[in-house]
Amino acid sequence: MAQRTAARPTEETAPRPGLLRGTGSRAAGLWVLLVVAVAVCALSISVGTRPIGLGTVWHALLDASAPGDETVIVRQLRVPRTLLGVLAGLALGASGALMQGHTRNPLGDPGLLGVTAGAAFAVVLSISLLGLRTPSAYIWPALVGALLASIAVFAIGSAGRGGATPVSLALAGSALTYLMFALVQSVTIRETTTLDAYRFWIVGALAGREADVAVQVAPFVVVGLVLAVVNAPALNLLGLGEDVARGLGQRVWLARVVGLAALTLLAGAATAACGPIAFVGLVVPHVARALTGPDHRWLIPASALLGVIALLLADVLGRVVARPGELQVGIVLAVVGTPFFIALVRRRRLVQL
Amino acid sequence: MTLAAPTRTPATHARPRRTLRVGPVSTTYRRRSLVVPVLVLLLLLVVAALSLGRGDYPISVPEVLGALAGTGEDTARFIVLELRAPRVAVAVLVGLALGVSGALIQTFARNPLASPDVLGVTGGAAIGAVSVIVLGGSGTTAAGVLGGLGLPAAALLGGLVMAGLIFGLAWQSGIDGYRLVLVGVGLSAMAQAVVSYLLTRSALFDAAAANVWLTGSLNGRGWDQALPLALALLVLLPAALAMTRVLSVLQFGDETARALGVRVPLAQLAVVLVAVGLAAFAVSAAGPIQFVALVVPQIAVRLTGGSRPPLLTSGLLGALLLTASDLVARTVLPETFPVGVVTAVVGAPYLLWLLVRGRRRSTL
Repeated sequence: MAQRTAARPTEETAPRPGLLRGTGSRAAGLWVLLVVAVAVCALSISVGTRPIGLGTVWHALLDASAPGDETVIVRQLRVPRTLLGVLAGLALGASGALMQGHTRNPLGDPGLLGVTAGAAFAVVLSISLLGLRTPSAYIWPALVGALLASIAVFAIGSAGRGGATPVSLALAGSALTYLMFALVQSVTIRETTTLDAYRFWIVGALAGREADVAVQVAPFVVVGLVLAVVNAPALNLLGLGEDVARGLGQRVWLARVVGLAALTLLAGAATAACGPIAFVGLVVPHVARALTGPDHRWLIPASALLGVIALLLADVLGRVVARPGELQVGIVLAVVGTPFFIALVRRRRLVQL
Repeated sequence: MTLAAPTRTPATHARPRRTLRVGPVSTTYRRRSLVVPVLVLLLLLVVAALSLGRGDYPISVPEVLGALAGTGEDTARFIVLELRAPRVAVAVLVGLALGVSGALIQTFARNPLASPDVLGVTGGAAIGAVSVIVLGGSGTTAAGVLGGLGLPAAALLGGLVMAGLIFGLAWQSGIDGYRLVLVGVGLSAMAQAVVSYLLTRSALFDAAAANVWLTGSLNGRGWDQALPLALALLVLLPAALAMTRVLSVLQFGDETARALGVRVPLAQLAVVLVAVGLAAFAVSAAGPIQFVALVVPQIAVRLTGGSRPPLLTSGLLGALLLTASDLVARTVLPETFPVGVVTAVVGAPYLLWLLVRGRRRSTL
């Protein structure tokens, strides 16, 4: 929409290229990110209240019957937790890039579509009415809540005469978010026991999830990632403005629906599994854009990989700084990520969306 | 940075203007932008009068008016003037401050999703207030300092410090609205995480109290809260209204504004200062009743049909929304809910209805 009135981008409004230009260097950049992500995974399996050497980790991964507590810790605690971090990081990074692309708003994070609020409301209801108490038990209610909320946002946002514009979607999303959180508050204010369980969910954490959580959300993340990659070329066209995209043969509503479906699946799955971790979806796409530039075919994979790196590094840091306890990953990300984000904002003019 | 286009065509969305001529002097106006605030003001007076009368001890409207005039029986006068009037006054003032602040920030940032949260007021105030609630009883040095400060002052201080921090970090030989919003979003997210962390580390009783404050509540608010807020409004509201002309130029973008003779950095600094001040005082009085600042300007602009959120109408509408919500919270609901819950439950469906019904508009 930005270029509807300004058909030719001026120096001021033109998207800036990233640090990496050309297909070769961008592909190399993605490989580097992938290697870093794998290294961070190894770190995440190795570091904890009880440090385990990488050699021991390797043996424990290869041989389930290797002797020692380490094997149990690696196979039953660290690996599932790391796997969950990988899935959530991929999902949040990619969905943040999709969200900012579709709304053309740098403040766009997946929470804007009501995903977080829907999940939170469903979690509070399941605590209050069903008596659920463990993070693993919230998964299905949270996922259903997230999906329903974003369907409602899409229905309301597209019900006006103009159809689903990014503005109407974002406004419908924030209105519904406030409504949902008001309902959450009205429950937690009356029931202190519900507040007690809810306050630990709302910070966002990878800890305390059972091993099969990652397996349960994996299909949603995989489908979401596929849709996100499929959506990338169309999103590039939409960036020229809806009218131009239509003129170039893009079916605008189809692109929007695919993008929003991907976004909902990704953000919904991540939120259901870990609680709301807003910072990855908000900040990581800006970092990725600084690397790859505005081309979504590169931006979305880069953002997904950076999401994994950011989430796992923050999780590891949270385990180290507060030994023997740990700091939840959502809090670490916010505290560590903010200075980084501000430095980024100050260092270069961020791309105008 | 805008959701909508950086180059904008407000006039195509606006209602036709009428012309008023008195001799050689002429000005243009839109009928709706005059009629709507008057209607909202009348509605506000009615709701305020109703709110003064309703409660556990119902008092009729004539009796309320009598009590306000200083006549009438002592019981009614005591209840109206001592118990209900302060609370209604706080509701009106907080709503006014939040509405105007939201309109200023949304015009400045050219973003319909901007609200005082973006400038850190809410986040900083929440850190200040929740610290007082959670750490206040712990007997440490920090607790002593915080306890001596008191909750409203800590919230005010937190909000102002955070806003100053955001402004300072976003400053780079001038302020760029886009950069300011991004820095604000980052720091606000951090503040929210800190608050969540404090809640997980506190005793459940304290967490429950903090949760009520975080929702925004008028329970137990009186002249102590109304007076500082009224003084702040006395200074900041005229300042805000004086900026109407500058704002209507700023919305076209910095370069156009500069070309039209506005000293942009100075104007931006003034707008942000006033908006932050209004929001900080409102939040310190009643907690972060966030929905008002975000949505009221959007409702106001749809009602008046202008090209940007009108300041006075937004303020009056904020006051109306808050007063009506408080009335509902006190009388209709079975137990006393914090007013922040009601504003969202009343305001959100209305915004949604406006969206569904409204014609397509991509401006603010």
